[in-house]
Amino acid sequence: MVRVDGNGNHALISVRNLDKTYRRGGEEIHVLQGLNLDVEKGEFVGFMGPSGSGKTTLLNLLGGLDLPTAGHINIGGDEITALSGRVLAAWRARHVGFIFQMYNLIPVLTAFQNVELPLLLTKLSKGERRSHVQAALALVGLADRVDHYPRQLSGGQEQRVAIARAIVADPTYLLCDEPTGDLDRKSADEIMDLLVRLSKEFGKTVLIVTHDPRAAERTTTILHLEKGVLVESGSKGGHS
Amino acid sequence: MKFWPLLFANLKRKKTRTILTIGSFAVTLFLFGLLVTIHTAFNQGVDVAGTDRLLTLNKVSLTQPLPLSYRERILQVEGVKSVTFATWFGGVYQDEKNFFPQFCIETDTWLKIYPEFVVPQEQWAAFLADREGSIVGRGTLDRFKWKVGDRIPLKASIWGGVWEFNIRGVYEGKRKEDDVSQMWIRWDYWNERTPFGKGTVGWYILKVDNAENSPRIVKAIDEKFANSPWETKTETEKAFATAFVRQMGNIKLLILTIGAVVFFTLLLVTGNTMALAIRERTGEFAVLKTVGFTDISILALILIESLILAVLGGSLGLALVKIFTLSGDPTKGLLPFFYLPPAQIALGLLITIFVGLIAGIIPAILAMRLRIVDALRRI
Repeated sequence: MVRVDGNGNHALISVRNLDKTYRRGGEEIHVLQGLNLDVEKGEFVGFMGPSGSGKTTLLNLLGGLDLPTAGHINIGGDEITALSGRVLAAWRARHVGFIFQMYNLIPVLTAFQNVELPLLLTKLSKGERRSHVQAALALVGLADRVDHYPRQLSGGQEQRVAIARAIVADPTYLLCDEPTGDLDRKSADEIMDLLVRLSKEFGKTVLIVTHDPRAAERTTTILHLEKGVLVESGSKGGHS
Repeated sequence: MKFWPLLFANLKRKKTRTILTIGSFAVTLFLFGLLVTIHTAFNQGVDVAGTDRLLTLNKVSLTQPLPLSYRERILQVEGVKSVTFATWFGGVYQDEKNFFPQFCIETDTWLKIYPEFVVPQEQWAAFLADREGSIVGRGTLDRFKWKVGDRIPLKASIWGGVWEFNIRGVYEGKRKEDDVSQMWIRWDYWNERTPFGKGTVGWYILKVDNAENSPRIVKAIDEKFANSPWETKTETEKAFATAFVRQMGNIKLLILTIGAVVFFTLLLVTGNTMALAIRERTGEFAVLKTVGFTDISILALILIESLILAVLGGSLGLALVKIFTLSGDPTKGLLPFFYLPPAQIALGLLITIFVGLIAGIIPAILAMRLRIVDALRRI
């Protein structure tokens, strides 16, 4: 269950009184203001809202890529706003899988090497890393593209490699920033199918920022972010 | 090394740039290697000069002789153990570019003063038995493909005419750096045949009982011959060798200046290349950090990449110098000690590593400090 009133208990992701303020020129911009959020394990949450409403900022904060101005973010018992530097990087590697709109693959690495990147930071042997990478690529349907470079793949395939990279270390949850934003309809549907499958079959908690209503429909909960405040649209089943 | 594919992929990213950067290091280290080889060649005489040997020359000039009678008077100075002498012959073998030094030596004492030179006993005996005999250093013997028994004509530019000498033996140096380019001929034969300068010697070489006594002995000898027609200038062999090298200018300063300018330029070029390469990959560093790479691991990756470029190029440059010097003195006689010493190779590699680190450190720190959200925004 997803709540935005700050009264949730035992949630995987628990956000309390989150503020994020940027300073641009001499002006302070309050991107997020007193935001509360509870997301239980296995939820598939969509964040919608106009440009500049703070969706990506919220995702960055939930992923430990940025620090809030005030408030708390507790993920599975870890207060990540209290972490920094090397500890936060290690925490991120262990718990978060990121999927970006522009895929963000390393162009000089093959699909296999791109997916292997998060595993380089683990103590897995070369053989173990290979089997994990092959499993992840097989899951996204690219077992036959391991030696392809990003330039040799279509946009949809690149995004699937990015998803394989996000899931290869078996993170606690996935954060997706407009994962279908740069794809045609068919590819976008395939990516959403894949994310739904990860949520339903593998019980992954997925949080997705999107402008695309069709993508949002596939989530179990849609939250609207307006002027830095979350508004619940209600649980709607999703996943169809 | 599980990060090697990442490093290797980055080096392959812009092949032309990588090759040019490696080439910059290679050319610089080739130049460095060549300069230190020349410096070593010029200074080898200084480095191997005996600390207990003194030279007594004519105060006016090295080209002015001294009387033979000075030998006994020098021997009377307290602390002088033995004395030998030599005269510059200055012969030309076939062509002036075939330069090698020839000394008319005093055969009784020469090897006692220069124990670093070794001649087989029977060859030395053959030399003593032949007034036209000569002993040739291994280097010159090999250079002209001579062998013992050959008769060598030398055009004597100072003494006139063509003199022929029989090679009766070969001398070797005990140390690698000993000069094996000389030819020794007998002073008594020269003295008999020379049309002028009979009864004179070019310079005296003295062995002293203790190097610490050298300053006193130097003073005593020069005072002994003060106000005579042939005043002397006595100095240590090392001082003589140093002064000889200085006649050609301050080579060390020249080499240091050229080296410093070249390395500074290399630092600017490589630093700029690395900065450019890192800036192009800002988004990728953000991705690496996002998936869990720490700031320190990003710093390390960039520095290692910079070091790989530097060491590959530096090693290539030094290897090329080494190959170049294997064929020996390119001047055919002016630089008999033309080789790149291992210590200078190590110094070259150290400088390479230093430049590689300095060139990479600023871009590496910038990438390390990169905020993920700022970098992702730029993609």
